[in-house]
Amino acid sequence: MTENINGKTVLTTPFTEEDIRALRAGDVIFINGDVVTGRDDMHIRVVKEGLSLPADISGMALMHAGPIVKGSDGEGYSMVAIGPTTSMRMEKLEYDFMDKTGVRLIIGKGGMGERTAEACREFGAVHCVYPAGNAVVAAMCTEEIKGVAWLDLGMPEACWNIRVNDFGPLIVSIDSSGRNIFAEKKKEYARIKEEQAEIIAGKVRSFI
Amino acid sequence: MNTEEQIRKMTDIMASFVGYTAVRLPDDVVSKLSSLRAAEPDPAALSIYDMMFENMRLAAELKRPSCQDTGLVQFRVECGSRFPLLESLEKLLGDAVRKATAETPLRPNAVEPFEEVNTGDNTGSGAPAVWWHIVPGWDGCAIHTYLAGGGCSLPGHAAVLMPGEGYEGAVRFVMDRVAEYGPNACPPLLIGVGIANSAETAAMLSKEALLRPVGSHNADPKAAEMEQLLEDGINAMGIGPQGMGGNASVLGVNLEKAVRHPATLAVGVSFSCWTHRRGHIVFDSDLKFKTDTHTGFTSEQ
Ligand code: SF4
Repeated sequence: MTENINGKTVLTTPFTEEDIRALRAGDVIFINGDVVTGRDDMHIRVVKEGLSLPADISGMALMHAGPIVKGSDGEGYSMVAIGPTTSMRMEKLEYDFMDKTGVRLIIGKGGMGERTAEACREFGAVHCVYPAGNAVVAAMCTEEIKGVAWLDLGMPEACWNIRVNDFGPLIVSIDSSGRNIFAEKKKEYARIKEEQAEIIAGKVRSFI
Repeated sequence: MNTEEQIRKMTDIMASFVGYTAVRLPDDVVSKLSSLRAAEPDPAALSIYDMMFENMRLAAELKRPSCQDTGLVQFRVECGSRFPLLESLEKLLGDAVRKATAETPLRPNAVEPFEEVNTGDNTGSGAPAVWWHIVPGWDGCAIHTYLAGGGCSLPGHAAVLMPGEGYEGAVRFVMDRVAEYGPNACPPLLIGVGIANSAETAAMLSKEALLRPVGSHNADPKAAEMEQLLEDGINAMGIGPQGMGGNASVLGVNLEKAVRHPATLAVGVSFSCWTHRRGHIVFDSDLKFKTDTHTGFTSEQ
């Protein structure tokens, strides 16, 4: 479901294909609902080892994140700090992960590659950036830790199932047409880098 | 105080200092971030800077780590040869990390290779890292602390160039790495550059460069000139906060150097993200301490 609350675009899980296809790269959104965390090892289990996730996440959000959590199974868990990790590490497995799970919104930091953009186009999904390093702001938006699986992977790599409220800002970096803002930006940075490296090279040539 | 009590005291101070640096950024970084925010015209970039300051405020108020990746803990120790706890220091620092991990809390990030098991307390083989420098005749001890994140300062780069490639080769090496990996490493970045003779000397110096204050300059005029040229060139790329574009790209560029061999020119580069968790604390022989990175730190935090 998509709502406009005081000028803010707020999406609530489960996201419909229509909700997601309406988003454009560069849009800023906030989300409510169910988010599952997953990093390298969780992707390996699902894609390479063929294990099923403990919860059905089709239409939900996946966050590339390894939180700091307090508590234990018996006494319950609380979120101390959570924020995104580098999404590009999951690039190799993300297409298959998305195909298998039906996840519609991926949150991480930095961009992702061509295969993920292709998956976004095919399956109707988006990749969003959460400004990283703001882990306490993000923890304050975590309403509940509903459960955890695969804790044997260690706290960061485990699969945490959380409920968030007013979680954002999320900046859409790959939309469902496959437009990829980071890929565009990186080309731009590389172009300016060449110019600048040339200028600096001219100035340090005499150093040796 | 007997030796055991002294060890306990220093362990406690170091545990709370490490925890404090996870919660609060050093003074120089905060002031640089506020000047970058003031100079930022782009509204989207500005809103990310605003969020950073809100996060810093909340982290301090709630005493929580400002970023969830509290990294691996590293210490650069300059220990006087007459410092009373010299012999106990390495073990004590390990205990301090264990304590900080439980109490702050820090995220357990130490994974033993091959066993592939997270040790759960941020210690293990080679963790915490302790880089020793002995200061002859001194009875005090100065410790740089650093929380090295998995997305920024741990993935460094080094190469040994041929001298014929010149300093231009080193410049290109640094700028290529920044363009490729910088946007993902949570900019604005502090860039540490090492110029030396081998891969490991250049890499180590690039890390030491990160331990220098933001805004400081190398004493060698040409090295300082290269710092400035790189800073201006990388800022011109306009990577902005989070790599989404903006006025600046870096907090600064710090370069450290050591001799090169006539046949080699080695270059190392390490990034720190905007959450640059560097601390510096100096003890005297009675364990009275001072810090020049975190005004406001007392051992009772
Ligand atoms: S790069 Fe720094 S701010 Fe970004 S997630 Fe890692 S530790 Fe946090």
